[in-house]
Amino acid sequence: MRNLKRQFLAGPYILWMAGFILLPTLMILYYAFTSTSGDFSLLNVTSITFSVHFKSLMLSLKLALICTVICLILSYPLAMILNNLKTKSQGLIVFIFILPMWMNFMLRILAWRLLLSNNGVINSVLGFIGLPGLDILNTPTAVVFCMVYDFLPFMVLPVYNAMARIQPDIIEAAKDLGAGNLTIFFRIILPLTMSGVISGIIMVFVPALTSFAISDLLGGGKVLLIGNVIEQAFMQEYNWNLGSGLSVVLMVFVIASMALMNSHGDEGGGTFA
Amino acid sequence: MKKTLLLLLTTLAVFSLFQGCGKEDPNTLTILNYGKYIEPEVLDKFEAETGIKVEYEEYITPENMYTKYKAGAIDYDLICTSDYMIEKLIGENEVLELNFDQIPLVKNLDSSYFEFSKSFDPENKYTIPYFFGTVGILYNREIVDESKVNSWQILWDDTYSGKIIMADSVRDSFMVAEKLLGYSLNTTEDDKLRAAQQLLIEQKPLVYSYLVDEAQDEMIAENAAMAVVYSGEAGLALEYNDNLAFSVPKEGSNMWIDSWFMPKSARHTENAEKFLNFLCREDIAALNFDYVYYATPNMKVKESLDEELQENTTIFPPQEILNNCEVLKSLDDEAAMRYNLYWKEIKSAD
Repeated sequence: MRNLKRQFLAGPYILWMAGFILLPTLMILYYAFTSTSGDFSLLNVTSITFSVHFKSLMLSLKLALICTVICLILSYPLAMILNNLKTKSQGLIVFIFILPMWMNFMLRILAWRLLLSNNGVINSVLGFIGLPGLDILNTPTAVVFCMVYDFLPFMVLPVYNAMARIQPDIIEAAKDLGAGNLTIFFRIILPLTMSGVISGIIMVFVPALTSFAISDLLGGGKVLLIGNVIEQAFMQEYNWNLGSGLSVVLMVFVIASMALMNSHGDEGGGTFA
Repeated sequence: MKKTLLLLLTTLAVFSLFQGCGKEDPNTLTILNYGKYIEPEVLDKFEAETGIKVEYEEYITPENMYTKYKAGAIDYDLICTSDYMIEKLIGENEVLELNFDQIPLVKNLDSSYFEFSKSFDPENKYTIPYFFGTVGILYNREIVDESKVNSWQILWDDTYSGKIIMADSVRDSFMVAEKLLGYSLNTTEDDKLRAAQQLLIEQKPLVYSYLVDEAQDEMIAENAAMAVVYSGEAGLALEYNDNLAFSVPKEGSNMWIDSWFMPKSARHTENAEKFLNFLCREDIAALNFDYVYYATPNMKVKESLDEELQENTTIFPPQEILNNCEVLKSLDDEAAMRYNLYWKEIKSAD
């Protein structure tokens, strides 16, 4: 009886899972392993070895990695600073970080397009104070820049959460026992925030790896990421089999990176762990 | 076992939910059109006059349209797209014949455009021309040497490095290289395609960005020196910025016609024909022309324009330019695949 009730409560979730996660995944797998005429084929998946596809996958991995490292370098000190502030100002700063997320993601990218363009606001200001213009629009630099801008909160929040959970007593105890600041950082703070760091890495790396909208709008069509290749296969070439095949390859990379990260972060306390 | 059954049942339940959404209101009209390609007021007026509710959707490139249509999620009643894509759809038996008795105002259209349309609709059974034009270079006179802009070669001139906008559309970008090399824009010969691709790869470092609809905005904002655009877009850009001018290079270009057709998915064919008739009506076509600003095949509208506008060669390409232009033909699957692959290689080149 109780069991039935529990199942009933899980109903909406199961319905959601079945309709929007399981079914689409099965469909992608079906398309990935069939040719356009419907016969079994491995060509869509193996086409990742085509130089143009492989190159864009490598570029995606490279940009996602750079983006993740920059986010980490920016977030960790920020989380430490935040953690040392008074509770009241902590709330305010976290709020400021989340505020841009209230705005639509596409609008924010488009806004950057305007800001960075040749005659845009940033270049006009730079020109006015006699500095050389910033010529990064339509380059991979702009794409990474915007990825960092978009995904930074996903790194800051889990790292900050993990840090806020460290009891001040532990640090005081370490100080009492004669540990220096460096020792405290490497032996206590870093290990205890690792779970947050790992959640942050996954939450930044995965969307950065699979993104296509940012490279489309800020790369000026010159930065071809694997996400763009997949989008083009679906939208331009009407080759859903190829798009699905490449998506499956990309999924393998996403799952592999998550598995790798999770195997290091089983202490619990992170957003995913 | 029980779990699998549960999962199966829920999947079925989810499916049946979607089925339920299919109930339709008989008095609607679902339209699919290019972006920025109709005066919104035209739709309001149509709704007010006929009581038919219009569901309106937009797309960017003909290939996007094809995907949207083929996905089959929405039953479109009326679609507007370009020549070669219509040819492809007619070839796939996806287009319904129009009942021209229901569209008497089609007499307002210049019959010479029906002649042009025969390249993709040989018996003029399926389509009604909407707007037409060419592809050329929209350039900024302050920056660009006007004596050289009569050739596509200027798009490879490194004086303008980082200031050139190319079309983010396979066929339009290949057309530029093919014409410069003196080939047909419908060529499928592999060595010619490779030569065109090589040219486009060489050009890539000079390109500011590959754009479709935004090219015009970037030119108005003077973020670039020149852009490959459709003549109609150029006409509109000229209105906003006096430094801009338009040229169709001497090597020839693409002449395109965008037309309306009723796809097989049409559920409201009478409403669709009413709408087509409405679009041909002089006042509506004039209103629409003012907004879209592409060359209209509607004689009544053209006659009513002031002389200066009628002689505006950016909007209404003169005959000698059109004689030098080709209409895009639909490619077979194998050739289309090569075009797409070569285009991706250009986009991923360093």
